[in-house]
Amino acid sequence: MFLNQFLFLGAILFCIGVYGVIARKNGVLVLMSIELILNSVNINLVAFGTYWNTTDMANLSGQVFALFVIAVAAAEVGVGLALVLLIHRNRQSIDIDDVDMLKG
Amino acid sequence: MILGLMVAQNIAFYIIAALIVFGALRVVTCRNIMHAALWLVLVLAGVAAQFILLASEFVAITQVLVYLGAIIVLFLFGIMLTRAGTTDSDELDNKRPMKIGAAVIGVLLAGLMGYSLWDGFSDTEFGDIVVQRTAEVSDSIFSSYLLPFEVLSVLLLAALIGAIVLARRD
Repeated sequence: MFLNQFLFLGAILFCIGVYGVIARKNGVLVLMSIELILNSVNINLVAFGTYWNTTDMANLSGQVFALFVIAVAAAEVGVGLALVLLIHRNRQSIDIDDVDMLKG
Repeated sequence: MILGLMVAQNIAFYIIAALIVFGALRVVTCRNIMHAALWLVLVLAGVAAQFILLASEFVAITQVLVYLGAIIVLFLFGIMLTRAGTTDSDELDNKRPMKIGAAVIGVLLAGLMGYSLWDGFSDTEFGDIVVQRTAEVSDSIFSSYLLPFEVLSVLLLAALIGAIVLARRD
């Protein structure tokens, strides 16, 4: 297998996630697109980790970094969904275009 | 025999990659928010399968437990609590010019990254992939990466308290 296969998959997934973040206006769907982006990064990290592991058996940094990213993503989703719930409770809508009080 | 294994790995990679890309496209274009969450399950499971192909079993198991087990359930709770509805809706997307702009940005980004990846790694091949055992991963976490690990636990605690404070009704 080539390293590039996984890197291309990660790049495509990243671009789809970026499209989702910009094109969607529902708060929950934006969070889902962010999950796509984080997963693409994880694919890259694990692919490079495996690549370096084949030359240096003690080097597992890629996997450890991927685990850290998964944990941070869990924390991010928890806080993000709490924010979405709060916005919904105050404005009865989770369109992030409606949250424009700072816009003067 | 080794050659046969390589071919099988490649076939599995392309099937799973096609599923991931299709699922991801459905997540960002689907008009029903509940269906989008269920397509996200397919993407996350596919990513876990790719981790298995890369012989990183602990990350794959963690992906299944944390993403499929916890984060998807959180998303479904969020959808149901915000009553976004289980019916089709046109209210999920921005207006058409914004979507076209987003598509242009996505394609440009894909072209840029595709070119630089092709330029930099086009002949980089994996050596003999050996299974990276969980014990070795834990050795790595608890020796070189002990301090980030502790910081991460504090971050999770802070996120937990923050989510409770934000979502509490009083």
